Amino acid sequence: MTAAAVETLHTDQLDALESEAIHIMREVAGEFDRPVILFSGGKDSMLLVHLARKAFWPAPIPFPVLHVDTGHNFDEVIAFRDAVVERYGLELEVARVQDYIDDGRLEERADGTRNPLQTTPLLDAIAEHRHDAVFGGGRRDEERARAKERVFSLRNAFGQWEPSRQRPELWNLYNGRHKPAEHVRVFPLSNFTELDVWRYIRREGIELPSIYYAHTREVFSRDGMWLTSGPWFGPRDDEEVVAKTVRYRTVGDGSCTGAVESDASTLDEVLDEVRESRLTERGATRADDRLSEAAMEDRKREGYF
Amino acid sequence: MPDLLKLATAGSVDDGKSTLVGRLLYDTKSVLADQMEAVERATQGGGDPDLSLLVDGLRSEREQGITIDVAYRYFATPRRSFVLADTPGHVQYTRNTVTGASTAALAVLLVDARAGIIEQTRRHVAVMGLLRVPRLVLAVNKMDLVDHDENTYWRIAKEFFGLTEALGYAEEDVVAIPLSAKKGDNVVLRSDNTPWYEGPTLLEHLESVPVAGADHSAPLRFPVQYVVRPRTESHPDYRGYAGLIAAGTVRAGDEVMVLPDGQRTRVEGIDTFDGELDAAHDGQSVVLRLADDLGIARGAVIAAPGAPEPVTEFDATLAWLHEKPLKPGARLLLKHGTRTVQALVGAVTHRLDTETLTLDEDPGELAINDMGQVSLTVSEPLPLDDYDVVAATGSFLLVDPQAGDTLGAGLVGRPLVAAALD
Ligand SMILES: Nc1nc2c(ncn2[C@@H]2O[C@H](COP(=O)(O)OP(=O)(O)O)[C@@H](O)[C@H]2O)c(=O)[nH]1
Repeated sequence: MTAAAVETLHTDQLDALESEAIHIMREVAGEFDRPVILFSGGKDSMLLVHLARKAFWPAPIPFPVLHVDTGHNFDEVIAFRDAVVERYGLELEVARVQDYIDDGRLEERADGTRNPLQTTPLLDAIAEHRHDAVFGGGRRDEERARAKERVFSLRNAFGQWEPSRQRPELWNLYNGRHKPAEHVRVFPLSNFTELDVWRYIRREGIELPSIYYAHTREVFSRDGMWLTSGPWFGPRDDEEVVAKTVRYRTVGDGSCTGAVESDASTLDEVLDEVRESRLTERGATRADDRLSEAAMEDRKREGYF
Repeated sequence: MPDLLKLATAGSVDDGKSTLVGRLLYDTKSVLADQMEAVERATQGGGDPDLSLLVDGLRSEREQGITIDVAYRYFATPRRSFVLADTPGHVQYTRNTVTGASTAALAVLLVDARAGIIEQTRRHVAVMGLLRVPRLVLAVNKMDLVDHDENTYWRIAKEFFGLTEALGYAEEDVVAIPLSAKKGDNVVLRSDNTPWYEGPTLLEHLESVPVAGADHSAPLRFPVQYVVRPRTESHPDYRGYAGLIAAGTVRAGDEVMVLPDGQRTRVEGIDTFDGELDAAHDGQSVVLRLADDLGIARGAVIAAPGAPEPVTEFDATLAWLHEKPLKPGARLLLKHGTRTVQALVGAVTHRLDTETLTLDEDPGELAINDMGQVSLTVSEPLPLDDYDVVAATGSFLLVDPQAGDTLGAGLVGRPLVAAALD
């Protein structure tokens, strides 16, 4: 029996992905002092919470969740986040971009986008709570720079990702050693694809915020994407608001997360749509990733994901 | 539900590996429109899109024009899903080949038909053989540049089969496919240019090759990751041992022993969030309840009776992964399963000469990308298996106690000595 054959599981693919994610979460619980789950209420972070419940059952999840709140939120998502926290008795930490803007530590960008502003509040929250492991929902299929991401991704005291310090990962032996003030980002969903995520959501009956399903919304077009109109998001004078039937494929800062035109109002319809989709999740919906080819790599080096 | 094949690729620089992987993604329609647009924009001088750009990763690599790290790619057909560990071919990056091979059920090795088997190919085959990657494919690429010549293909294929046979591979576990990554011949679609070739295309082979079934009959090995103690109203006294079954099968009621101390007890129940199980197999994450409270903590291994006696001194084959060389007398950390102990390096007895695939004796040290044989002493007894018997509990990492870097990957026993082509 080889390690390779152990990897090639007899059980079906979702079972294998689930077992792998649970194994990763338990390794972190066993080896780190103060882990935290990044939790936005979006689908990937809902998957993390669901997997953590499974990993430690019948005990409650042994670590808190952290939301980096850009202040540009979809109301539905915040309400959903709070309901989940309540239902599972989670401890919620919130780092607010708005606080930083209010007291001048951060400056609003000309384009109004707040995704790039999340890094400082995130790193401050990690330092303040002395988190040594931070679970993220990143997947390797999302983007080229992510294809090489480790499951355990070492960050220096500035939260930065240094290519030369990333460690080879063999078998399922993860090396989480780090120095004081450094931390490790951990990606239990590394080997899920977008389609796996949706299949798993269906199989497990995981509830999601309503904006993932088709609904009518006032939107305007910017950079080839449908952005929602709202207090923070726009539109500018030259941008025309129209009502469209849309849904979101990712949930992020409202000012730069685009909706896609879609009639998929049920989980099965969403699955069909994802299967047929001709665009990557990020290409379709994230303005900030489209700024440049290497945008993601640069942000990772800075300490964002 | 389709099943999952984890595979690794390896080849030398310019053999066409990026083009081949790009071709697989493209021809299986795993490339989405926005990715393809980016590639078309980036292709120099117009013409056919350069598919190698699809798998080109970090900017530092693009600047150097080489791939320097393991990247994971995902593609699927109606028959199967694939996770491909794309490992670069540069000589100095053998460590990436080892990393990719550690989880692969199949490896695709690439050669340029004009050059045939070269030193790099031998090195890659040796690594794959050492890690016991169950199945190998030789992709004889750039057949268009040798006029799709049958004799050229056979000459290369025969030399390859000679190597794999010497490493202990059975005939049915190795295939050689003539193809052109650039033109697409025999990658996904069968080529008219090789009427003499009767075997499968690369994708046909990947879709149909039996995935080495998990060997449920192996002896149980269950490294304990975490002790679950809810102390809640609904579960005031619950105590369970969480882990991923590394080998074998566990059934409720089974007699087991707890290593390294060797106490005996019985499995009272197998719990999961979705309910209790009668039995569970390797690869499953579960929680075991035991009949006795033996004070078990993370790092213990729950095993079938008859497991080898834990040891503090043993031989191992190492793949050295770090710039800092390994010298006898080094004090390191050793991570085995869920347990980390201190380790003292004794003699470095052999080093593999990758040019000749023979062993040098008493090399003195191991440098980055070397593979060698060492003796080790550890601070606490470890429940080891020979890598060739139970890989999951026969493998370990060596870690730098100060910097925390992963320095080497170890295989318990003497597989290197056994595999060398003396
Ligand atoms: N004629 C021909 N050229 C190829 C073939 N496959 C790759 N190439 C070319 O060989 C060069 C190196 O390919 P690349 O995929 O970058 O190689 P890598 O370094 O192994 O990833 C490029 O110019 C490719 O276009 C093939 O099957 N036929």
